[in-house]
Amino acid sequence: MPAPIRLRELIRTIRTARTQAEEREMIQKECAAIRSSFREEDNTYRCRNVAKLLYMHMLGYPAHFGQLECLKLIASQKFTDKRIGYLGAMLLLDERQDVHLLMTNCIKNDLNHSTQYVQGLALCTLGCMGSSEMCRDLAGEVEKLLKTSNSYLRKKAALCAVHVIRKVPELMEMFLPATKNLLSEKNHGVLHTSVVLLTEMCERSPDMLAHFRKLVPQLVRILKNLIMSGYSPEHDVSGISDPFLQVRILRLLRILGRSDDDSSEAMNDILAQVATNTETSKNVGNAILYETVLTIMDIKSESGLRVLAINILGRFLLNNDKNIRYVALTSLLKTVQTDHNAVQRHRSTIVDCLKDLDVSIKRRAMELSFALVNGNNIRGMMKELLYFLDSCDPEFKADCASGVFLAAEKYAPSKRWHIDTIMRVLTTAGSYVRDDSVPNLIQLITNSVEMHAYTVQRLYKALLDDISQQPLVQVASWCIGEYGDLLVSGQCEEEEPIQDEVLDVLEGLLVSNLSTPVTRGYSLTAIMKLSTRFTSVNRIKKVVSIYGSTSLILYCCNDPISSWISFNFHLTECPLSVCQTFQLQLLSPSSNVVPALNQGTVTQVIRVLNPQKQQLRMRIKLTYTLKGSPVQDLAEVNNFPPQSWQ
Amino acid sequence: MQFMLLFSRQGKLRLQKWYVPLSDKERKKISRDLVQTILARKPKMCSFLEWRDLKIVYKRYASLYFCCAVEDQDNELITLEIIHRYVELLDKYFGSVCELDIIFNFEKAYFILDEFLLGGEAQETSKKNVLKAIEQADLLQEVRIFLYHQIHLL
Repeated sequence: MPAPIRLRELIRTIRTARTQAEEREMIQKECAAIRSSFREEDNTYRCRNVAKLLYMHMLGYPAHFGQLECLKLIASQKFTDKRIGYLGAMLLLDERQDVHLLMTNCIKNDLNHSTQYVQGLALCTLGCMGSSEMCRDLAGEVEKLLKTSNSYLRKKAALCAVHVIRKVPELMEMFLPATKNLLSEKNHGVLHTSVVLLTEMCERSPDMLAHFRKLVPQLVRILKNLIMSGYSPEHDVSGISDPFLQVRILRLLRILGRSDDDSSEAMNDILAQVATNTETSKNVGNAILYETVLTIMDIKSESGLRVLAINILGRFLLNNDKNIRYVALTSLLKTVQTDHNAVQRHRSTIVDCLKDLDVSIKRRAMELSFALVNGNNIRGMMKELLYFLDSCDPEFKADCASGVFLAAEKYAPSKRWHIDTIMRVLTTAGSYVRDDSVPNLIQLITNSVEMHAYTVQRLYKALLDDISQQPLVQVASWCIGEYGDLLVSGQCEEEEPIQDEVLDVLEGLLVSNLSTPVTRGYSLTAIMKLSTRFTSVNRIKKVVSIYGSTSLILYCCNDPISSWISFNFHLTECPLSVCQTFQLQLLSPSSNVVPALNQGTVTQVIRVLNPQKQQLRMRIKLTYTLKGSPVQDLAEVNNFPPQSWQ
Repeated sequence: MQFMLLFSRQGKLRLQKWYVPLSDKERKKISRDLVQTILARKPKMCSFLEWRDLKIVYKRYASLYFCCAVEDQDNELITLEIIHRYVELLDKYFGSVCELDIIFNFEKAYFILDEFLLGGEAQETSKKNVLKAIEQADLLQEVRIFLYHQIHLL
């Protein structure tokens, strides 16, 4: 039986395959050979075969038949076998399968092995993929190793303990004694992993947090030494001593100082020192500054320190490195509520970031910009944001449009500005506004009585330019239906259209391919309403008779002599597909006037076609005049007999 | 850190280290989707993105992308340094490392990573100490093989 092909030889061979099919064939052949070798229980080449299997697994081929072989390798006495065996376990086994539990005993033995590199393998594997059961079984071993004087093992045990705690939080207590003098270590590896362990414990348990607060002075001292100490070749990164450890200590200080005045005070000086002395020319220095800023903002720091932190973020915003700009915007977004005024000072820089090429930066800049809008800066900010809305990617338009509407509603300096802003959004991003914007805008326009003429004229003009954006068309149609008389009566600044022109436009919407059924409903309703405002009634009647049996949505009408009952149909499941689920036909009302003194009634028949047998509910809004004054009545009908719709 | 992926510009995985429990199927799906997302990004974009509910930090070194998924509280900038440190370690070990080294010696790339990170966190911040440990372990491998052969000759 010839020796199985070597790993590197296999890799070389597979890479010569010119097609996927060729590769698959080679893989299958080799897998077959490996399988029979496994069946023969070949100890000598098991390691080589599993290594090859791992390579093929990385290419995407199944390798589950190698799982038990990994366990056999782990149990072997050869270091080479163990190395590959543990690697295989980490790649092929996952804790959801029972087979991984078979590792437990091997790991236990290896944790007590005489060679530290074998112990290291076991700790690594346990800390990477140990299941809750395994962690429970082996926590004691880990705890033992946490107390060893061998720093190579101690640092690994610390991170392994972190994993155990994450998997089985109740075991946290048992590691407490071992943490006693972790921070007195000189070895940076042990220090770093100890700080990670302490962080994990403090984050999980308020008791632990209270217990470890006393470590603040020691942590401050360690940090100070790192900053003040001279060049240490072993830990130097671009002139900074062990940035990884510095960042971790800063993060632990954050947790310890949070909501505790004394601790926060004890770390105040060192934070100021790091914030002012750290070199900012390279990423590594900025990484430390970033962590420092996060800590300052989260603990109970004095205002001077907070301003220092925000200013660092402000400087980050001007950095050439886009990564730095990104983290600055993220951090500012977190602090904009609590330190609003300080962040406001950097508003213009933030607004500049709207023009950044990077999508993530743009998004953050947009969110932050909206958070900074207030009554004082609304005009300027809105200008920038509308410009952004014009040019941004489609993925932003919906959120930006919503943001603009919200901000305009809160801070609009005048009604005319408000309407203009809405118009701008509808014309530039009209297809992206959310569905609920349409009724909201209609409400807004209704309430801005003095702007009706202006609004309808502008919307009409917009319709002449573009009928593709449905929300715009819907709002415009509704306006024309309501205020069409203002449109044609000479109250507009520009040349007013004549009635037929207006009806042309509305009819055009009815026939256009671009109009959705909802939009057609709006335009038909508008045409019908104009029957009471325009004189071309015959034309209107003709249009209505052609299109009147199609689906409709009617909206509120303020005309005091109108006989129309306005209603919305509300469906339980599909709010905007009225037109797909129901068809309505309104017949003429019996009369225009309700006789006085209960001497008669007005009836109007509505025919409903409900093929999908959806539950019928009706909300009625009645507007009429009583003794010359307008009255509005709302009612709901929820008790249609089931036979009527089932 | 939840996982680290190394992949080529053609989207071929060269290393995958998972620190969270996921089935093979789930890992494949995540790798495939994430790799595609990153390869679609332009060079001028920043190294960070939100993807699903993860923070992703990635950097390209020659023909290899190094990509990490980190937790919410993790510092993205220091993660870039972690990636850089790993690259330096590979470079020192292989002597001017290139993608082919990682392909043909993938198991060594894993061994080095496992001496640098454990459970997703850095276990050793000294470059020298990581390399020393690897060197010793490699030696152990050879010594054992040597002794093994000796015993069999007898």
